[in-house]
Amino acid sequence: MNIILKTREELVLKSIEIRKDIISAIAEAGSGHTGGSLDLADIFTCLYFHILNHRPEEPNWENRDRMVLSIGHVAPVLYVTLAHAGYFPIEELKTLRKLGSRLQGHPGRDHGLPGLELSAGSLGQGLSVAVGMALANKIDKKDGYVYCILGDGELQEGSVWEAAMSAAHHKFNKLIALVDRNNCQIDGVTSDVMEIEPIIDKWKSFGWNVLSCDGHNHIEIIETFEKVKTTSDRPSVIIAKTIMGKGVRSIEGNYKWHGKAPSKEEALDFIEQIDNNG
Amino acid sequence: MDNLIIKSHRATKEGFAEGLRIAGNNPKVIGLGADITASVGMNLFAEAFPERFFSFGIAEQNCIGVASGLALSEKIPVFSTYAVFSALRTTDQIRISVCYNKLHVIIGGAHAGVSVGPDGATHQALEDIAIMRSLPNITIISPCDATQTKLAIIAAIDNMNSPMYIRYGREAVPDFTIENQNFEIGKAQTMVEGNDLTIIATGHLVWEAIIAAGKLKDKGINARVINLHTIKPIDEEAIIKAARETGIIITAEEHQIQGGMGSAVAEVVVKEYPVPMDFIGMKSSFGESGKPEELLKKYGMTSDSIYKIAIENFSRKKSDQKL
Ligand SMILES: [Mg+2]
Repeated sequence: MNIILKTREELVLKSIEIRKDIISAIAEAGSGHTGGSLDLADIFTCLYFHILNHRPEEPNWENRDRMVLSIGHVAPVLYVTLAHAGYFPIEELKTLRKLGSRLQGHPGRDHGLPGLELSAGSLGQGLSVAVGMALANKIDKKDGYVYCILGDGELQEGSVWEAAMSAAHHKFNKLIALVDRNNCQIDGVTSDVMEIEPIIDKWKSFGWNVLSCDGHNHIEIIETFEKVKTTSDRPSVIIAKTIMGKGVRSIEGNYKWHGKAPSKEEALDFIEQIDNNG
Repeated sequence: MDNLIIKSHRATKEGFAEGLRIAGNNPKVIGLGADITASVGMNLFAEAFPERFFSFGIAEQNCIGVASGLALSEKIPVFSTYAVFSALRTTDQIRISVCYNKLHVIIGGAHAGVSVGPDGATHQALEDIAIMRSLPNITIISPCDATQTKLAIIAAIDNMNSPMYIRYGREAVPDFTIENQNFEIGKAQTMVEGNDLTIIATGHLVWEAIIAAGKLKDKGINARVINLHTIKPIDEEAIIKAARETGIIITAEEHQIQGGMGSAVAEVVVKEYPVPMDFIGMKSSFGESGKPEELLKKYGMTSDSIYKIAIENFSRKKSDQKL
């Protein structure tokens, strides 16, 4: 069965473990996307240890909730969370990005890692796939939810809005998207690279139910997901305000850590910072 | 293949529509529409199974993603629109969401070739084979007439489990293959037997190749005509056999010569049994408006052009053999 963490303390502790393992795995790999992986740790903890209806021992259980990661580059937070949830051994995290590994740089289902709903890495595709899953659930009258994690920079891809339009048109109320609003992308802050505000108004005008939350407050994250589930006539999106690199004070909010890996030396320092920030 | 008689003139999209209507009895089949439902032959399915047909508007990239999500949920999605959109606008979505995930998504590429006619260059898909065949895991079918298109879509739904791309046309063309033909995805069909020269054709040009073979016979040249309805995976055996037994191969397709079916054949020939080849297709140009028959003539894709190229190359074969 899946492990359910109920208290704030338990969730916070799990997020600390996940952050530390993200740092270790990326440092061991020598490359990878540190910033976004760290900032999503609290949200992934809430999803896999509280919100999702899933069975790690039966990854393809037909009534599971589906969790589609559109921003494939934050694969480390997904892998670490899946390992902690019991999908595969935690030791395997050491193989991240190495030849022959099931832990590809961006998720690749073909390599056999359990728990991956989608091979993804080209931005702007995940929400469409989530819409297709929501459609299948509706046809089969299944109760499961489909979740989709988007990046804020990803909202610059036009195809996201094609998907958004279609989900509202077909009234997929069991589709819940979450935007990792960390204000960062590779070239800089999103407002410099390409302004995406007003995000809330954009989603609203596309027919979505929109809520915001602090993406680092476990209780608020869980309550926000519960709140959007009461919506019966439209899809929902949660704009989760996050801080890139969250947990490692020395890199927090710094877009330069979007796609950078810590050296092994830096990793020791980062892990210490994560422990101290707990 | 016997009985090469024109039964009627029908667009291959009609065969697509009929086949999809039949295979659509499978409740897993879901149709996705991108606004031009009737024009691409999705209409019979949509009318028969309205509860399994969904409109997604003029948003092809999203349609491919939605199809992927359906395929990841035990459905068999069929999405068709003009090939310029379904294959070219959506290439990244097909590459990652469909092919990398190895999903049984069926993509129809309608309005393929210059024979689309008066709509002009924007709507005449002449690059789709080249793009699609470079993608791993996908199967590409380009049937020769309406009857075969019907069998192809049924086989794509019933017998396959990989990404599928089916290319078909808009114009009424000779419908000459029989219902109970031996159609197997991946197995080329020999339409005319012959050992002097081989014409490998696909799609609408198979009939043109058959006519050309008749004219060649009058000149004493026995041309073999192969219908390469499956471009990927390619029937290497049939190609190598043709190279060995006839010593020269001409390919014919309504597509750019660069990267198309002929290129795929050449990859096999050059590696396995090199013989002279020539290619009939678009010579790296866009099409234009005009009647289908006018365009096929202008761009050298009629039986007359195939005949002419075959004659020219036949002497080349003889001179090569003298060496
Ligand atoms: Mg970002």
